[in-house]
Amino acid sequence: MSAQPSTADLFKAERIGRRRLVNRLVELAATAAALLAVAVLAIVVASVAKRGAGAINLDFLTKPPALNTGFGEPQPSGIADALIGTAIIVGLATLMALPIGVLAAIYLNEFAPRRLSAVLTLALDVLNGVPAIVIGIFVFVFLVSGHGQAGWKGAFALGILMLPMVARATQEVLALVPNSLREASLALGAAKWRTTLSVVLPQTVGGIVTGATLAVARVAGETAPLLFTSSLISNEIDTNPKDALASIPMFIFTSAEQADPTLHEQAWGAALVLIGFVLVTSLLARAFAARSRQRLAGER
Amino acid sequence: MATASRSVPGPAAFQRRGRVRPGDAILYFVTLLAALTAVVLLALIAREVLADAWPAMKAYGLGFLTATDWDPNKKLFGAGTFIFGTAVTSLGALLLAAPISIAIALFMTELAPGWIRAIIGPLVEMLAAVPSVVLGLWGILVLGPFIVSTLGPAIHGSLGWIPIFGTEPNVGSSMFAAILILTIMMVPIISSICRELFLGVPQELKEGALALGATRWEVVRGVVFPYARAGIAAALILGLGRGLGEAIAVTQVIGNNVAMPTSLFEPGDTLASRIASQYQGADYAIQVSSLVYLAVILLVFSLAVNVLAQIIVRRVAGRHRVS
Amino acid sequence: MDYAKNIDVQDRPEQQMPEQDDSRSGLPGPLDPSMLAVKPPAATTAREPVFSIESLTAYYGDSAAIRDVNFEIYKRMVTAIIGPSGCGKSTFIRCLNRMNDVIPGFRTEGRILYHDVDLQAKNIDPVAVRRRIGMVFQRPNPFPKSIFENVAYGPRILGLKKNLSDRVENALRQAALWDEVKDRLKKSALSLSGGQQQRLCIARCLAIEPEVILMDEPASALDPIATTRIEDLMHELKRDYTIVVVTHNMQQAARVADMTAFFSITQGEEGQRSGVLVEYDDTNTIFTQPKEQRTEDYVTGRFG
Repeated sequence: MSAQPSTADLFKAERIGRRRLVNRLVELAATAAALLAVAVLAIVVASVAKRGAGAINLDFLTKPPALNTGFGEPQPSGIADALIGTAIIVGLATLMALPIGVLAAIYLNEFAPRRLSAVLTLALDVLNGVPAIVIGIFVFVFLVSGHGQAGWKGAFALGILMLPMVARATQEVLALVPNSLREASLALGAAKWRTTLSVVLPQTVGGIVTGATLAVARVAGETAPLLFTSSLISNEIDTNPKDALASIPMFIFTSAEQADPTLHEQAWGAALVLIGFVLVTSLLARAFAARSRQRLAGER
Repeated sequence: MATASRSVPGPAAFQRRGRVRPGDAILYFVTLLAALTAVVLLALIAREVLADAWPAMKAYGLGFLTATDWDPNKKLFGAGTFIFGTAVTSLGALLLAAPISIAIALFMTELAPGWIRAIIGPLVEMLAAVPSVVLGLWGILVLGPFIVSTLGPAIHGSLGWIPIFGTEPNVGSSMFAAILILTIMMVPIISSICRELFLGVPQELKEGALALGATRWEVVRGVVFPYARAGIAAALILGLGRGLGEAIAVTQVIGNNVAMPTSLFEPGDTLASRIASQYQGADYAIQVSSLVYLAVILLVFSLAVNVLAQIIVRRVAGRHRVS
Repeated sequence: MDYAKNIDVQDRPEQQMPEQDDSRSGLPGPLDPSMLAVKPPAATTAREPVFSIESLTAYYGDSAAIRDVNFEIYKRMVTAIIGPSGCGKSTFIRCLNRMNDVIPGFRTEGRILYHDVDLQAKNIDPVAVRRRIGMVFQRPNPFPKSIFENVAYGPRILGLKKNLSDRVENALRQAALWDEVKDRLKKSALSLSGGQQQRLCIARCLAIEPEVILMDEPASALDPIATTRIEDLMHELKRDYTIVVVTHNMQQAARVADMTAFFSITQGEEGQRSGVLVEYDDTNTIFTQPKEQRTEDYVTGRFG
């Protein structure tokens, strides 16, 4: 057998050299784009980690910001009030949004005629697209103007953000429950309400938890809804939701604006805490979702 | 003789008492109310925001949209600079984000072997999870100085003859910084939607093109892109909506300047960013009202963009279900 | 072009070497100049191999779909690949134009020689291979474009923009579709019936003037009338093209094929199943006097 002819000899296809070159260039460009995105993520996370790690210590996490006037010993300063404030505000927001979101999804999936369901789902999608700052202004106008800021009002704003996320997630898992399950329950003489609550809903708990967790992770980092609803704070730890409460995003936002480098360092530290919380929660939620999807697929 | 201790129920036992079971009715109405919440909220938002903006709308009318002052003391307010800034930053970021996102989606669906896909996919999504205030912090303290020291002079040096790069990049806070930050925020959204779209192109269509001797890129250009065309449009529009509404990261890096910027390296402002920057309170009621007027304009823009995207999405889903 | 319809196996004359026509539109013809026509006497069966498959084994991951396949495929004949489902017919035919490259974990041993070139060698570009060896799939897969654009896709990629409409018309005529669509070339290809779509896919393939056309069960998704038209088409096309067709329908093989390869499933020592070539011969021989018992069992319907 003589030497293997090369492609160029045998397949004198038209312009193949140029076509292969173009193909290669496109492949390189696509790879470069993906690497660029990963690089940016790496740079941002690395910046936060590097600059914020130094600020984190026990005092940082357990003490509120100190009023260091420049006289006397500088007191240790921390973000405890912001941590507690965020926990309370986000917790209240979840309490408001979760039941309504789940119930709304139940209506849309189990009861609603198709036309109405399409319209209401569109409304949820549109609500999802309203900018967070506009929602903040809305709650300001609706609840705060003339009455004052409060933690629960901030929670209300965050709840509006969470509602479409929770409803969508619940809708998706409800749709996954096979109809045969519903029919089996009905055939045993159970009423629709009992079927929905005791047979269908328990199948969806995993998906709802995932959806709620992702929504919490999203909303914990939102600043805009809190600007006008819960941003005027004192320097002490406050746990009363009727007062305006501190929050991590607000802390980062206000500290970043100042020229003081110690405040900057604290801002990085708070950012590290926030990013850590958001990333870890998101990853856990997605891993949990992937595993329960696998389990569901295996059971069928 | 064994008699059944239970007697056979008579016909009356099968009759329904009343027309609907109470449990069903309660669940129905409770869930219906919950489902209507979204509609109620949208209506409330529209009404409340319009109501509070009304004094400013009456005082300044439609001229507000082109006026470029924002002077609380002279009680002169206008949205001109901010509308311009919103358009420039969002569209500029979209211009950068679109090719990058589509390229990433192509990488993930056509090029990368499974294990690379499994790593890079979650990483790109993590970019979406970074809170905007953290991105803004990074923008102020890392990106801004970098633009002033390295990136800006490089661009100004080579492309300075183009007016948009015409001024010296002296300040870290500028339209340019805002565009870069918005690009970073748009890319994960657009690329994840495009990824779903490209995965949905039927394999047999792609094999048909391959069997004709097309290269990978020719398959993408000839089959994948046309098939996914409408979906890509929707993805871009959704990304644009994200850029329009972003307040926090933008206000941190854009410089909050009321004067109309003449080049990208100058500071400017957008609708969302101006609203956010006034959070510490206004001195005059008309200022608050003007602020809410800005929110009305922003709401109109983002609703238009959002509804358009939703219509396209629904039309695409319908068409592919039919064929 | 005149199409004489040869339908019945018995009526077909013995293989003769048709006149070489290499004047097609400036595309390079086969390499070896000695292949240029010296017309042999009519009675001689001149079989000129296009493919020479040597000890071909194909693996998906660790399991072998086909094992140690050896035979030759001849120019300007219809070669049918028959056998029960799962015997690797589709896997085999997709090796011939490197379509299995798109499947992760796929690899082969052995050689596939196309005019003395090993198609699977490292320096062979699959894109170039597919330009010369075209494929029609089981389910018609026209692009969601117009009829014209479907057929024009291949030539456009190759930069053959001159006389594009002539090319398209030529391909549609060869696929026996021109008269049905000539007035609606701009209409969507999806508006055609299943049989018409499949003929469109054949036209699309013909437009780049391949040497070989691979057909993977081309009529299995079609109704009997459309099937007959595809079979007629195969008779006409083999004057100019080499055709390899996979079919699960024995009668179809008997109707259209000059040569038939029968694949079947064997079990290895550890119980793994793979496809092997059992017998390869004139169609006539395979169906009337098969040499292998397994072949006889299959064609008489005793199994499979």
